[in-house]
Amino acid sequence: MKVVSEIDNINSRIRKDRVFLGLVVLFSVITVSPIILIISKLIEKGYKQLSFGFLIEKTPDTMQAMAAIANNELIPGGIVNGILGTVLMVVLASVFAIPVGIITGVYLYENQEKWMANLTRSISDILQGVPSIVLGLISYLWVVKHVTNGFSAMAGSFALGIMMLPMIVRSTEETLKMIPQTLKEAGLALGIPYWRVLFGILIPTGFSGLMTGILLAVSRVIGETAPLMLTALGSSVINTNIAKPTSAIPLLIWEFYNDPNMVDMIWSSSLLLMIIVLAFNLTAKQVAANRK
Amino acid sequence: MNTNILQVKDPILSIENLSVAYDKNVAVKDVSVGIKKNNVTAIMGPSGCGKSTLLRALNRLHELYENIHTTGTVTLNGEDIFKMSPIKLRRKTGMVFQRPNPFPTMSIYDNVIAGYKLNGISQKKQERDEIVERSLRDVALWDEVKDSLTKKGTFLSGGQQQRLCIARALAFNPEIILLDEPTSALDPVATSKIEDLLITLKETYTIIMVTHNMSQAARISDYSLFMYLGELVEYGKTKNMFTNPQDRRTEEYLTGKFG
Amino acid sequence: MNSDKITKIVLFSVSFIILIIAGGMVFSLVGGAIPSFKTFGLGFITSSQWDPTDGRENYGALPFIAGTLITSFAALIISFPLSFATSLFLGEYYRNTRVAKILGTMVDLLAGIPSIVYGLWGFYILRPFLIGLGFENQGFGVFTASIVLAIMIIPYATSLSNEIISMVPNDLKEAAYSLGSTRYEVIRYVTVPAARSGIFAGYILAFGRALGETMAVTMLIGNANRIPDSLFSTGNTMASVIANQFGEADGLKLSSLIAIGLLLFVITGIVNGIGKMIIKKMN
Repeated sequence: MKVVSEIDNINSRIRKDRVFLGLVVLFSVITVSPIILIISKLIEKGYKQLSFGFLIEKTPDTMQAMAAIANNELIPGGIVNGILGTVLMVVLASVFAIPVGIITGVYLYENQEKWMANLTRSISDILQGVPSIVLGLISYLWVVKHVTNGFSAMAGSFALGIMMLPMIVRSTEETLKMIPQTLKEAGLALGIPYWRVLFGILIPTGFSGLMTGILLAVSRVIGETAPLMLTALGSSVINTNIAKPTSAIPLLIWEFYNDPNMVDMIWSSSLLLMIIVLAFNLTAKQVAANRK
Repeated sequence: MNTNILQVKDPILSIENLSVAYDKNVAVKDVSVGIKKNNVTAIMGPSGCGKSTLLRALNRLHELYENIHTTGTVTLNGEDIFKMSPIKLRRKTGMVFQRPNPFPTMSIYDNVIAGYKLNGISQKKQERDEIVERSLRDVALWDEVKDSLTKKGTFLSGGQQQRLCIARALAFNPEIILLDEPTSALDPVATSKIEDLLITLKETYTIIMVTHNMSQAARISDYSLFMYLGELVEYGKTKNMFTNPQDRRTEEYLTGKFG
Repeated sequence: MNSDKITKIVLFSVSFIILIIAGGMVFSLVGGAIPSFKTFGLGFITSSQWDPTDGRENYGALPFIAGTLITSFAALIISFPLSFATSLFLGEYYRNTRVAKILGTMVDLLAGIPSIVYGLWGFYILRPFLIGLGFENQGFGVFTASIVLAIMIIPYATSLSNEIISMVPNDLKEAAYSLGSTRYEVIRYVTVPAARSGIFAGYILAFGRALGETMAVTMLIGNANRIPDSLFSTGNTMASVIANQFGEADGLKLSSLIAIGLLLFVITGIVNGIGKMIIKKMN
C-alpha cells in the first residue's frame, strides 16, 4: 500500500466528514427555522389586536373596519363567533369520533390478525391518508345535501370527525398493544367479565396513551379550513343551531384574507389559532412524556 | 509490582495504566499489561468485569460514545494509539463482535472488501478479487461460498457469517485481531471451526479474544488475562494459570465458585 | 346471552362504522362523478379545457392533475435535503440528546401549524421576498407553492426516516468504524443503506400528504387553470380547484369537481398504499 498518499487520503476524508456534519447541522437548523419565523411574525403583527374584547366580541363588518383604518385605530370587534363555532364543531366531532375510534381500536387489538380486523385496519389507514378537502366533499354530499339541507355546523363536524377517527383508532390500538398481556389475563382470571376488564383495567391503564392520541387528533382538526369551506361555510353571528351555517377561527382567517379591509385581523386570529393548536400539541407531548 | 502479572519482553501491544469509565462508573481500573506477538491471548472473567470494555478500548471504539472516558497509554509497536488517527489504528486492529454482523445491504464479496470500500481505497478488480479470495481462504470459507459471492452475507449460517466477519477484519492485513466473545452466539460445531481457525491465524496475526468460556480459553489461548471488578488480577501462560492459579479469585473463578 | 358475547358484538358493529364510511365515500364519489365522466369520457382526464360558460360547458382535469403532481414532486425534491439532514441529526448524530429533543419537538410542531397559516406566511412573507429576487407573476406560482409545501411535509418525511435510522443496530455501525471508517462513511455505506427502504417509505408518505394539501397551495399557486409550463409559472391543483370553485358549483360543474375529488382520492390512496406496503415489507 502507498503510505504517503494514504496520509493525504485520511486528511481529506476527515475533512469530508466534518463538512458533512456541518451540512447536517446547517440544514437541520434551516428545517426548523420556519416555525420560529412564522410564530414570531404572528406575534409581531398580531399581539396588538389580541385583547379580552377580541375573545368576546363578534366580527366587525367591512365598513367598521374601513372606518377604523381611516382613523388610524385598531379594528374593533373580535372573533367570538369563530371561537364558539370551532368549539361547537370540535366538540361534536369528538363526540362522534372518540367513542367510535376507541371501540374500533379495541376491536383491532382484540382481533389482531383476523381478516376482518386486517381489513378494518387497512381501511382506517387509507382513510387517514384521504385529503381533508375530499372529506369535506363527502360531508357536503351526505350531510349538507341530505341531512341539514344546507351548510351547517353538523356537516362541518362530520368532516372533522371522519378526519379524527382513523387517528384515534390507530393510537388506541398502539396504546393497548403496549399494555402487558398479563394484566388482562389477571383480570379475566378473577372472573371479571370482559367489558369490565376493558373499562376497568385496560382503558384506565392506557389512559394517557389514549389521551395523547385524542389531543393530537383535536389539534390537527382545529386548524382545518378547506373541509369547513364546503360544509360549515361561515357566519357573522354566533350560532348554536347545529343545522345552521357556522363560523370557525380558520374560516374567519380565510374571510379576512379575502377582504382587504380586514387584513389586520388575520394576524391576531392566526396567533390565537396557533396558540390553541400549540397548546393541544404540547399538552399531548407532555402527557406522552409523563407516561414514560 | 504485582507478581501475579507476567512481564512480557518486546510486546507488540503494551497497555499502561489504562482506565475506562462510563460516566462516573469505572469499568476498567488501571490495567497494565503487555501482549505477545503471534499468540492467542484470552481475556477472561465473570460478566461485568470489564473484559469487553478493555478490548474495545484497544480499538478506540469508546470514542464513539460521549459518556465513556479512557485514560492511560497503549502503544502498538511502540506507537501511542491515542496519538494516531483512529482511522489508522482501526485498520491495524481488526475487530470481530459477539454476534455476527455482516453488513446486510452488501454481498459476501462486498462484505470482505468493505474495509477498502469504506476507506475509499480504489483498486483494480483483479487486486480486489485476490484480497477476497485470500481472506475467505484464510477463514476456510472460500470453498463454501465461492459460487455465491454476489449473495447477501446475511443468507449464510451463523457460523459462516462469523467467519465472514473475521475475513472482513483480515482483508486489511491488520496486526492484531480483537475478538469479543466471537462464539457466544454460535452452536458447538461452528464454535469449534472458529477455534481451529484462530489457532491457524495466530501464525500470521496476534489475537486477543474476550471469552466467558473457560474451556475455550484453555483450548486455544497461549496467554490468559483474568479480570475481576475492572481490575487485572492475574496474567500469565494459560497452562500455568489453569494448573496453578496465583490469586485466590482466579482460582475460585476457574473452579466455578463464581462466574 | 352472556356479557362477553354482547361486548364482542358491540365491538364488531361499532368498528363496522369505519367500513361503512369508507365504502359510502367511494360510492358517493363515484356516483357524483358519473355525470361528468359520462359527458366527457376519458377526455375528462386528458383535456385541459375548463370552461363553465352555460351552453358550452367543458371540463377537463389535466391541468389540475399536472399541477398537483408537479407541485408535490417539486416539494419533495426541495424538502429532501432538509428532512434527510434533520433525520440524521435526530436519529444519528445527536440521538438521545437534549438538543435533539428540542429540535424534534420543533419539527413536530411544524406538522401542527394549520395549512392556512402556512398560506398566510407564504403570501405575506415568502412571496414579497421572491418578488424581490425578480420573480414574475407577483411571486405566485408552482415554485412558491412548492417551497411552502416542502416545509409542510418535512415532519412526515423526517419522523419515519429518523426512527428507522436510529434503529440501525449499533454493532453494525461499530463494525464499520472498526474497519477505519469515518462517521460520514459509516452513514453513507452502512447506516443509510440499511435504513433506505424506511427512508424511501417516509418520502412516499410525505408525497401523499403533499398531493392533498389545499389551503396553502390555493393561496400561493396563482389559481390559473392551465398546465404549468415551468417551475415559475402559475397553475392550479386538484385540491385547490375544488376549494376555489365549489361555492358556485352545481350540475355538471359540481359533478366534475367531485370527479376531481375522486381522482385525488384514488391517487393519494395508491401513493399511501405503496408507502404502507414498503413499511410492511420491512417488518
